[in-house]
Amino acid sequence: MLIRPPADFKDCDVTDHGLYLRRREFILGSAGVGAASLIGGSAAQAAALKYSPNRMAIDEDKTPLKDVTGYNNFYEFGTDKSDPALYAKMMKTRPWTVTVAGLCEKTGQYGIDDLIRRFPLEERIYRMRCVEAWSMVIPWVGFPLAKLIKALEPTSQAKYVAFQTLRDPRQMPGQRSDILDWPYQEALRLDEALNPLTLMAVGLYGQTLPNQNGAPIRLVTPWKYGFKGIKSIVRIQFTANRPKTSWNILAPREYGFYGNVNPDVDHPRWSQAKERRIGEFFRRKTLPFNGYGDQVAGLYRGLDARTLY
Amino acid sequence: MARATGTMARRIESGLIWLLCVMPLLILAGQGLTDGLTANPVEYVLRALGVWALRFLCVTLAIGLIARFGLWRRAMVYRRRIGLWAFAYVCLHLTTYILVDQALDWPGIVKDIVKRPYITIGMAAFILLIPLAVTSVNKVRRAMRPRHWLWLHRLVYLIAVLGVVHYYLLVKADHRDPILYGVVILALLGVRLIPRRRGAIK
Repeated sequence: MLIRPPADFKDCDVTDHGLYLRRREFILGSAGVGAASLIGGSAAQAAALKYSPNRMAIDEDKTPLKDVTGYNNFYEFGTDKSDPALYAKMMKTRPWTVTVAGLCEKTGQYGIDDLIRRFPLEERIYRMRCVEAWSMVIPWVGFPLAKLIKALEPTSQAKYVAFQTLRDPRQMPGQRSDILDWPYQEALRLDEALNPLTLMAVGLYGQTLPNQNGAPIRLVTPWKYGFKGIKSIVRIQFTANRPKTSWNILAPREYGFYGNVNPDVDHPRWSQAKERRIGEFFRRKTLPFNGYGDQVAGLYRGLDARTLY
Repeated sequence: MARATGTMARRIESGLIWLLCVMPLLILAGQGLTDGLTANPVEYVLRALGVWALRFLCVTLAIGLIARFGLWRRAMVYRRRIGLWAFAYVCLHLTTYILVDQALDWPGIVKDIVKRPYITIGMAAFILLIPLAVTSVNKVRRAMRPRHWLWLHRLVYLIAVLGVVHYYLLVKADHRDPILYGVVILALLGVRLIPRRRGAIK
């Protein structure tokens, strides 16, 4: 079944029901700030996000919200695909600070709402290809990582951007088992991070990002396998050397640094030639770079695609 | 009269066990009717059938021991039936893989069997189960020497271990479930290797 969202959201259409129920708390919290800020709205507090329409539309059906939020991997909340939806409410996403460190001029602590307010939000409808050979089409809301990076002024030595997820077993029950080496870490080459496709997502289907999908802020790199899209980011660091990444630490032969979608390079234990699009019965062919070759293939010119898994 | 109630009790017992054996299929059917097979139903059903096959294999292995230690001697009556149900779940698991997951893409299936160790091992376990299923038919069993039949059916331990390895190899990072099944099977095998008391019925 496909749920098509209306072309134009009214505020009441996109207000998260939980937030609606907590509206008095929200108003109390805003007391003294004045009515103007209520209308202008802090993108993070209000469920409805203001964003410019999608400029990267693809002619494929969007995966229903129920599936995007109910079937995904977020091992911090458990390894079953229904665990994130069940347990992610244990995570508190406000207050939330992102620490910026390493080789840049503007290191420091950034409150999430200040960060989100600084950049105009836009919708991006992207394919998402999991390394487990299933895929979705997801309408994210966010801002290009390039804008944030430019604002942080990396120095000329910076060659990589590393990200870290929150580590707090009280809020993230999955971290009570040593499935991965917590906290989750991911990284991109600086030029990958600056590519216009690379998105810092703060929303989904026009609403604030649900916790299970990586609230309050996550990375989206649609030409890479889903595990590169690190969720619930608390730290961004610019480095000169290639940072360690979580799945690569666990199984270097199976998960490389790049994680570029490539139907010709199989996972050592299973084929990557086809994928099951959620909502479809039979598998479809996987596209090189998940169909984004035009935008990103140039990043890897001169490198052997077989080493870019 | 006592005999009649005895027969009735056994019929009920037998019916209950049959019901328990089809229960996983009823649950899956129920989930199918109530949108409960997750966003990826093919994967879910495939995995569920495989795990149930492994569970039935474990129960089959456990029955011999339950009877041997006198916990429920009549359990032996049901061992063949439960073993055959394990085979049935393996067949359903394999059929789902071939018909639905791979959609009869035979070159893809052959490539999987050759290239993917977990599929190679799973397929080996399936092939090894076939002679066990065939020789479970009474006529065939009677035609065999008991020694040969026993030897052949001890393969079930190897098959169960292959099943666990098959499971272990497909899991991405969280190996707790396959390890649990592995421990259960090795424990059952370990107990089996304890020598029988002298004079015990062979």
